Amino acid sequence: MNATKTKKQALREGAAAAWPICLGYFPIGLALGVLAQKAGLPWWAVLMMSIMVFAGSAQFICVAMLAAKASVPSIIMTTFMVNLRHVLMSSALAVYLSGVSRRFLVIFAYGITDESFAVNMTRFRETAWGRWRALITNHLANATWILATVTGSLVGQFVPQGAFGIDYALTGMFICLLVFQLQGRIYIITGLLAAVISVSWYLMIPGDSYIVGASMCAATIGYLLKLRYRRSK
Amino acid sequence: MTFNEYLFLFGGMGLVTYLPRALPLLYLAHKKMPQWLIDWLSLIPVAILSALLAPSLFTDSATRSVDFGKPELLVAIPTLIFAVRTRSLGATVLVGMFFYWLAGIYF
Repeated sequence: MNATKTKKQALREGAAAAWPICLGYFPIGLALGVLAQKAGLPWWAVLMMSIMVFAGSAQFICVAMLAAKASVPSIIMTTFMVNLRHVLMSSALAVYLSGVSRRFLVIFAYGITDESFAVNMTRFRETAWGRWRALITNHLANATWILATVTGSLVGQFVPQGAFGIDYALTGMFICLLVFQLQGRIYIITGLLAAVISVSWYLMIPGDSYIVGASMCAATIGYLLKLRYRRSK
Repeated sequence: MTFNEYLFLFGGMGLVTYLPRALPLLYLAHKKMPQWLIDWLSLIPVAILSALLAPSLFTDSATRSVDFGKPELLVAIPTLIFAVRTRSLGATVLVGMFFYWLAGIYF
């Protein structure tokens, strides 16, 4: 009786954390489906891609590259480069999932995206967030993504572009998650550094290395500043 | 493309996406992490969010040049204030969408 109650509560709390992600994923997933359909991918290929890859930006790039008749190895290589940033997220999540069974981690790792990472990290830090709630959040976001991309490939051309400002959903979410992370002067400094470095890096170096490059630089400088501040006290 | 060609492509993409997500977690979750690594990793979320967000607000992706006049940036200001005041993720998303929709009408 108690066990089912806790399960239900975990499901409810996981869903409450996931809905802003789902709201953001839906229009982007639709857009991806439409583009994929225009590039000649059948709906079942979109379904396969969303299940097997589950990485928004890489899937957009894949569709664009397929439309440009790029080779399979070059698409896989690009995907690898774009998704390398998850190494950092996966490492940061390990702090909160220390000692958890490998079986759980193997399933959990599948759902690590920019959005689920940011939401789960905030919850882990601020509340008594459990790994099951985090897993539910991951999988609800995943289910929404699969549903949205396939829907897009089937009926997407009938959806009006930019309806209800929905294109801003993920940006709004990132802004709020960033605010949640600002819990001290060192975090604000690190965030500002990351913004300046990523914009400069983005302007000067082609490709997507600015995400990993700028976040590692900013975190390192922030860490060194914190050390100096501690010593000088 | 045939089913098998898609299977090969998405299988490869899936593998190079999954491994960076899984290996650090599988390795680090069963190891005693040094304190400096924990401290460094605690700054990673704010750094990644900022690094993802800043170019989308301050630059034009088509020309890859600085652009301080984007509606995304303008809308980010009330959205940020709302987020600081309410600390509600869902409501902030909706408020951001509303302002972006308004910006679309007036610009």
